[in-house]
Amino acid sequence: MRPEEGVLTSRGRAIGAVLDLLTDELVVVCNGFASREAFAQRDRPENFYMIGSMGLAPAIGLGLALAQPKRKVVVLDGDGNVLMALGTLATVGALKPKNLVHIVFDNETYGSTGNQPTISRTVRLEQVAKAAGYKNAERVRELDDAVYEAKTMLKDDGPSFLLVKVSELADDVGRVEIEPAAMTERFRKAAVGVGGASAGPLPR
Amino acid sequence: MPFPAKDFVGLLQEAGFDFFTGVPDSTLAGVIAALIERRAYVPAVREDEAVGMAAGAYMGGRVPVVLMQNSGLGTSLNALISLNLIYLQPCLLLISWRGHDGKDAPEHLIMGQVLAQQLDLVRIPHRTLKAETVREDLGWAAQAFMARRIPVALLVTKGVLS
Repeated sequence: MRPEEGVLTSRGRAIGAVLDLLTDELVVVCNGFASREAFAQRDRPENFYMIGSMGLAPAIGLGLALAQPKRKVVVLDGDGNVLMALGTLATVGALKPKNLVHIVFDNETYGSTGNQPTISRTVRLEQVAKAAGYKNAERVRELDDAVYEAKTMLKDDGPSFLLVKVSELADDVGRVEIEPAAMTERFRKAAVGVGGASAGPLPR
Repeated sequence: MPFPAKDFVGLLQEAGFDFFTGVPDSTLAGVIAALIERRAYVPAVREDEAVGMAAGAYMGGRVPVVLMQNSGLGTSLNALISLNLIYLQPCLLLISWRGHDGKDAPEHLIMGQVLAQQLDLVRIPHRTLKAETVREDLGWAAQAFMARRIPVALLVTKGVLS
């Protein structure tokens, strides 16, 4: 047990506070409880919830950010997820999309599978992000600080990385009640608008 | 006679493909060089990352292609299964077929043997690109991409593209 656990905010509260800051930003939420909590806190068509493909939230966000350079893209991620695809921090750092904000809620555990410890307690993920080339990288422990940093990062050019230490507590929430294919359509419409882009290649 | 990689990239772009990412293989070197020359290539560090980027780009209105060596298919399987296939997020997979006909370095031999079965197993439609039928093969891929909204693979053996 971590001694400071009692004073840390829950991920659900932190996610809710970040979602409250948003207007038309496109959001990709990693799999696990983060997606469920975001869905329960504030579902919006601009939210894409991953249910599988652990580790790929920033890759999906990066593809979106490159495809829609005028839209801000926010990735809501977890420590287990980031550790699974650490290389993507390097890809983001190399490509430097200005419109990408990567927020990691770090509870130092694999929460969906029984709270087994991750290694984020000793590995400073925000330092990895900084070394990889993110323009801004911050680490916070308080909800107020998380809100302040998130606000700043949403306004400024990125790529930005915000690590928010959160408790292991998971909200009592159900699964994301949107069928995956329907979610792709809903999100795509929110990202490009109807008829805003070609839907696919032309068969020749 | 191999089909010129530059012309192949031209055909892809003409067909509407406009987001290219992946991890290099020697068999696809000409294609990647042509893409880089056109400033159209986004390098990934792992194949599943490329698949994720392509999915994001698709939802951002682009028509994505992912280039990889067949070893990268192993790396990508979970992304393809638990992202693309259930969320209906299509991409064109341009996969080099190392170990085809059992002639390659040892690390390529098993994947070379099971590549087509592997794709069949996860129900990803595929076709082997031939220099003589490049236009038809691309047409088939574009058709399947549109109709099914899932990843579609073109397998590229050595010597087919210059």
